[in-house]
Amino acid sequence: MNSPIRRIGIVAAAMFCALLMSSTLIQFVQAKELQDRPGNRRTLLASYSKERGSILVGGTAVARSDEVDDNFKWQRKYPQPQLYAPVTGYYSFTYGAGRGVEGSYDDLLSGSSDRLFYRRMVDVITGKPPQGATLELTIDPKVQKAAWDALGNQRGAIVALDPKTGAILAMVSKPTYDPNVLAGHDLPGVSKAWTKLSTDKSRPLTNRAIGGDLYPPGSTFKLITTAAALESGQYTPESVLPGPAALDLPQTTVDLPNVDGRPCGPNDKTTMAHALQISCNSAYGSLGMSLGQTKIRDQAHKFGYGQAVTVPMRVTPSIFPTNLNQPQLAQSAIGQFDVRATPMQVAMVSASIANGGREMTPYLVKNVRDKDLDVIDSTDPEEFAKPISKDTAGQINTMMQAVVEAGSGRKAKIPGMKVAGKTGTAQSAKGALSDVWFTGFAPADNPRVAVAVVVEDGGTMADEASGGVVAAPIARKVMEAVVSQ
Amino acid sequence: MTTITSLAPRTRRNTELVLLAFAIGIVLLAYANVGMAVQDRVPADLGTLGIGIGVIAMVFHLVLRWRASYADPLLLPIATLLNGLGLVMIHRIDLANDKTIGEGAALKQLMWSGLAACAAMVLLVLIKDHRRLSRYTFTLALAGLGLLLLPLFPVIGKNINGSRIWIGFGPFSLQPGEIAKILLTIFFAAYLVQTRDALSLIGRRFLGFPLPRARDLGPIMIAWLASLAVLVFQKDLGSSLLFFGLFVAMLYVATERRAWIAIGLSLFAVGTFVAWKLFAHLQERVTLWLDPFASGQSDQLAKGLMGMASGSMFGTGLGQGRPEETYFANSDFIIASFGEELGLIGLMAILLLYALMVERGLRTGVGARDGFGKLLATGLAFSLALQVFVVVGGVTRVIPLTGLTTPFMSAGGSSLLANWVIVALLLRISDQARRPVVEDGGGGRNIGQDETQVVKIK
Repeated sequence: MNSPIRRIGIVAAAMFCALLMSSTLIQFVQAKELQDRPGNRRTLLASYSKERGSILVGGTAVARSDEVDDNFKWQRKYPQPQLYAPVTGYYSFTYGAGRGVEGSYDDLLSGSSDRLFYRRMVDVITGKPPQGATLELTIDPKVQKAAWDALGNQRGAIVALDPKTGAILAMVSKPTYDPNVLAGHDLPGVSKAWTKLSTDKSRPLTNRAIGGDLYPPGSTFKLITTAAALESGQYTPESVLPGPAALDLPQTTVDLPNVDGRPCGPNDKTTMAHALQISCNSAYGSLGMSLGQTKIRDQAHKFGYGQAVTVPMRVTPSIFPTNLNQPQLAQSAIGQFDVRATPMQVAMVSASIANGGREMTPYLVKNVRDKDLDVIDSTDPEEFAKPISKDTAGQINTMMQAVVEAGSGRKAKIPGMKVAGKTGTAQSAKGALSDVWFTGFAPADNPRVAVAVVVEDGGTMADEASGGVVAAPIARKVMEAVVSQ
Repeated sequence: MTTITSLAPRTRRNTELVLLAFAIGIVLLAYANVGMAVQDRVPADLGTLGIGIGVIAMVFHLVLRWRASYADPLLLPIATLLNGLGLVMIHRIDLANDKTIGEGAALKQLMWSGLAACAAMVLLVLIKDHRRLSRYTFTLALAGLGLLLLPLFPVIGKNINGSRIWIGFGPFSLQPGEIAKILLTIFFAAYLVQTRDALSLIGRRFLGFPLPRARDLGPIMIAWLASLAVLVFQKDLGSSLLFFGLFVAMLYVATERRAWIAIGLSLFAVGTFVAWKLFAHLQERVTLWLDPFASGQSDQLAKGLMGMASGSMFGTGLGQGRPEETYFANSDFIIASFGEELGLIGLMAILLLYALMVERGLRTGVGARDGFGKLLATGLAFSLALQVFVVVGGVTRVIPLTGLTTPFMSAGGSSLLANWVIVALLLRISDQARRPVVEDGGGGRNIGQDETQVVKIK
């Protein structure tokens, strides 16, 4: 019976060989593929059970990871959730990291970035789990808070920039959300919260400061039309423009009326400076038609319209429409028709005027630190573009000061300081409530902050609202928060 | 035929002692490792547990010295190591599920381990010669079949996880099939030794194929029907595969006729094909085998595969993976849990331990001096190999997942008891196989006796 026993032995050996091969196939050949399979909870859990880096604002964490005793080991916490949600975004087991620096800097925060590789060498050898980098933001907590408070319960957005560097000092969007509910470890609860947030008609997940639906910039766009006019060399602030109560638009039966229904100056004439000061629609409509759409579009493009900017979140490119006929051009020159802009873009225009024509790239992350808080990387201010000359910038600056001093933006006045600004009241559709704007900078002679404020549907003032009444005082509080320091 | 004298006459008990110490050392190290990884401390009961396991192993070792001094020295250390590692993993999965010692499966498993080892020792003490077992051929057959079918009876039979293979008394539940497997193996061995001549020599040739007589074919048909019955009524694929494979292999060994393999495999093929046609749960298994990630299907196999993949080559380390993410992580899928935490390297080591155990069992079969011993050792060893193949092969997608316990490791008392009994039987046979025909110092060597031992039938 021995030879059949030996043959049985061979069969048994073959069976064990099959097992060795199959386990090699799974654990060696296909391991990577299996690990990367969508829905592999182990891989997900592994990435969520690492200590993720913090996000700091003024030395305080606005997002941090606390050690907890559950499957995930670390719980992401947002101590001031609503205030910073547009900046931090969220970090959720089910929905990933997104909508803020959490998403944009995910690989650094999670510690998986190649940039951390050499720093991690020791950890790899000693088997320590990787620890994420810490991000220090440019946000000034006082300015952020001031902007948040000033906007109140109204829907809208505020961006404040340091015009000299492009550093984002405040970024507020309302309504907002609590990222903690998405970072929770009660997964059905998270999923319920997500459904609620993503179907909410007020779109709390949208960061109105940089994206989502764009706003018609309204009269704040007159800054770009002014820049185009001055840059063309054919106009000065003193150039006389037609300023009737309503501009007769060619090829149509409609007019372009002024808001107050009155002419902008004696004999239906006005200077460009005065037209900006009182936000005269008829003068700018006719200026636009005389300049032609190419000049305005080019100028808008130089300021950043149609260009991709990341701060590090992607800023939706603002739009200046193409193929305009004359009446459409007249409307576009005052920021109506199909012109659309983000508050970030509007703030960038103000900031470049404030900075003598040098437009800086906006940024949100000041520096990246490793777990020992050594700086790994810091952002150097970068020039985004040079849309206008220093002279043009100076002229527009002076014109904008008049807006605040004696024009439509008087409510932005800060005692004892020169403030430059421009109001805007933009109808997004006929009969709809206006979105009201204010953009400007202070101090006008040595700008430290440039700001853009938009309040949707006139805010609490509804149809009584205008940029000067609703948005200007908000902008003032934001600028005061910077200049009072 | 191998001559008996080629086997070393040394007892090798000291080798066993060293290996046992080694096995216990590894188990305690693994236990400490889990404590460090999961709870950040060396477990307080490491010492007491170590003493406990040490005492059991040492008593077992002494029983072998006393009652089976020539027994194979590798079987006990391997069984101890596998049993110990299984305990550590079950404990580790208890910890992951936040279960205390009392709530978890580990303490039960520990008690069963002790009980099973004691049963094995008692068996070794009571049965001084394995040949005595062959006297009860049909009693064992009846008992085996009875146990096998016991779960089908109302009241005591229990349906757990879709299979009716359990019987329960109050809080206890047992899988009688595990014990039935051993009883039937003994029966097969005894029956085949008695009828092997008839089976291999008498019969007509049919189309050039030696066909056994119907009355000799009876047992194989009964085995086939019994395994089908297990499959059909208990929905236990793994066991039916095991019984049938075991019986065919033993028939082949007993008769040395390949025809039996052909007959057995064709019957098996017919049986599985019909069953596959008839039963939805079988078709599901096959679908999952071909595509474990098929949507809308059970993700049990997929989770095990992902676990093994996350362990990769070197494993996450004991206590540092997430084996609890897999269903049945401490029973059917315990091998995937090991694959995850010990990596491919650890899994291979465990598979090689099983292979070594099977090899020692088959070697015992080769060395045994009586036909019954040969067949029994071969059957027991091959049943171990088959069981490991069916369960690990199911988890690693060599064959469709059928669900069997992993010998010595899976949580479950009946399985432990059965496997320790198998070890006891193998030890008993190997003692006889390795024992010199006449011990030295027993009043001189009688050369003439050697010749009368050798009986060759073929």
